[in-house]
Amino acid sequence: MAFAAFGSATPAKTSGPVKSGGRVALFLLLPGLAYLAAFFLTPLISLIVTSLQVPSVSGGYGTYDYALAIGNYWDVIASYYPQILRSFGFALVATVFALLISYPLAYFIGVTARRWPLLQGLMLTLVIAPFFISFLLRTFAWKQLFSNESWIVTTLQSLHVLSPDQYLVGTPFMVIFGLTYNFIPFMTLPLYTSLERLDIRLLEAGADLYATPAKIFRKITLPITMPGIISGTLLTFIPIAGDYVNASGDFLGGTGTAMIGNVVESKYLVQNNYPAASALSVLLMGAILLLVTFYVRRSGTEDLL
Amino acid sequence: MATEFVARGADLELVGIRKEFPGFTAIENLDLKIPAGEFFALLGPSGCGKTTTLRLVAGLEQPTAGRILIGGKDVTDMKPHQRPVNTVFQSYALFPHMNVLENVAFGLRQRKIEEPLAKAQDALKLVELEHLALRRPQQLSGGQQQRVALARALVNRPSLLLLDEPLGALDLKLRRQMQIELKAIQMEVGLTFLHVTHDQEEAMDMADTVAVMNKGRIEQMGAPEKLYDRPKTVFVSKFLGQSNLFVGEVTEQNATSLSINVSGSKLTVPKERAERHEGRIALGVRPEKANFHEDEAPASSAGLNIIGPGEIIDIRFTGVSNQYLIDIPNLGQVTVFAQNIGKSPVTELGAKVWVSWKVEHSFGLSDLPIDSVTESIAVL
Repeated sequence: MAFAAFGSATPAKTSGPVKSGGRVALFLLLPGLAYLAAFFLTPLISLIVTSLQVPSVSGGYGTYDYALAIGNYWDVIASYYPQILRSFGFALVATVFALLISYPLAYFIGVTARRWPLLQGLMLTLVIAPFFISFLLRTFAWKQLFSNESWIVTTLQSLHVLSPDQYLVGTPFMVIFGLTYNFIPFMTLPLYTSLERLDIRLLEAGADLYATPAKIFRKITLPITMPGIISGTLLTFIPIAGDYVNASGDFLGGTGTAMIGNVVESKYLVQNNYPAASALSVLLMGAILLLVTFYVRRSGTEDLL
Repeated sequence: MATEFVARGADLELVGIRKEFPGFTAIENLDLKIPAGEFFALLGPSGCGKTTTLRLVAGLEQPTAGRILIGGKDVTDMKPHQRPVNTVFQSYALFPHMNVLENVAFGLRQRKIEEPLAKAQDALKLVELEHLALRRPQQLSGGQQQRVALARALVNRPSLLLLDEPLGALDLKLRRQMQIELKAIQMEVGLTFLHVTHDQEEAMDMADTVAVMNKGRIEQMGAPEKLYDRPKTVFVSKFLGQSNLFVGEVTEQNATSLSINVSGSKLTVPKERAERHEGRIALGVRPEKANFHEDEAPASSAGLNIIGPGEIIDIRFTGVSNQYLIDIPNLGQVTVFAQNIGKSPVTELGAKVWVSWKVEHSFGLSDLPIDSVTESIAVL
């Protein structure tokens, strides 16, 4: 039943016997809590502490002293707000593209292809197939395909889509292309799970009640598969905002496409400026948390998380 | 678009409908006319094509051949959303993401009818669910969901209301209650109802006209009492209630009646109650129309068919009646129902009895039971 997709919306769930066996539940939770404390909380605290450090008075390169330099945050915001904005801008555009491409694809696999289970299985495999090859290799392959001397670029230049001194690699278009490509499966799979459970009889009922196909999609299919859209967009937006491979100059990016991830990478690994890198990381995390909270609130599916 | 908003039913006409699916034919050649304002039931076992017929009328399937007319207008090429028809689905198909009121108002909103919520609220009042308007469908019981589905269809004042076994998922008591309510609503709003069901009692109880469907064809159609009293085929006689059937050659006939010989017993049926008047025919009688006689055979008379003696091999107590199974040598097994009115005619297994019934309770069928057909082929 399609109801299952909306199970989260039913209030019945919370009405279980919560009190009884509370101690047992706590005991069973202990390993998980310990794991979280060791591998999530500790690094997080360490990250926050690092982000507030100041350069060591003794003066060693890449050494820092503990402090409470909130100013670090203002400094990185002032210096890197273009990269911060670009990260979220790229993530937004790439997520929208991924959704636009994935929804019809997932609809075809999950609804249209129901009569042919073999085709369904084959198409799902094809969606996951890229994972069999390292995504670094695949991204690099795109760089080769779109390189300045590639036939794609020369053809586009001869067709005057690109001017003779314009290229693709290093442009925002290329980075967004790579981001969209790399994260499409993360959008398609949750959408497929939602659409696969969609009850066709509801669509028939809609048609029976005078709704045109477009109205059926807008009033029935879309709201019922909203949980899939939410999880799909979250699963793409969050990692894309922090991605640094696609935008890096070694892959599809260039000097003008750097995202937060690229700045953090260079601060950490090149300049050894750990406080700035940590401050940026914490900022990124906080911003994503805020955005996601707002987004989920707006779409009315809080219990999804 | 069906934009008229009238509270009157329209007639439905199916002309030469044929529906083929890959690998099988669901409906062979169906002609059907349902007058406006009638409660019409399509009755048949699962897989007989009755749900397909309903889906064809709703526009959810396209016929391979034939035309569908509603109120005299050809709707065969119309999309479902363009037809003045609404369906109460077997699964109810209520939208889980809308509350009950929005579910009911859905059709009105699509047609941009004014005050959809007020009209939806009225429809909910009709099915006595106005107090649950803001609940989600998942929070309602099966019977309540069924009534929401009914309100959601009725509120649109369709020319034709299609009911696809809507009572199938309900328990017996609720089912009886809903049957009565459905019938009352139909009388009140005066719509044409096309009801598909495999429950013969439900069909007979509610419908003005019942069509018995088998293997993609309508076997017989008529008022429930007529169908029951005078089935024309073996299938109808067995699907609509129970029947005792006897097969024999027509041996004598006069102006008003004819008799067949079944292993030496002479069984008579009035001519106007027989489909065929010569050759090998099947003659039947309903179990409740037959009586027993213990100890000795009843005095033979012109108005009475008598068979026996036989032996009671099974007695079943079903509450209002006892069902007796009697084995008569050379004739086969005969079922007799006797009302539980204090004293039973016979109570012992193995008792020796004769069975009789009035000649005017016999009926003659147009075809032969399958086992007797094979038998006659074996003789040939």
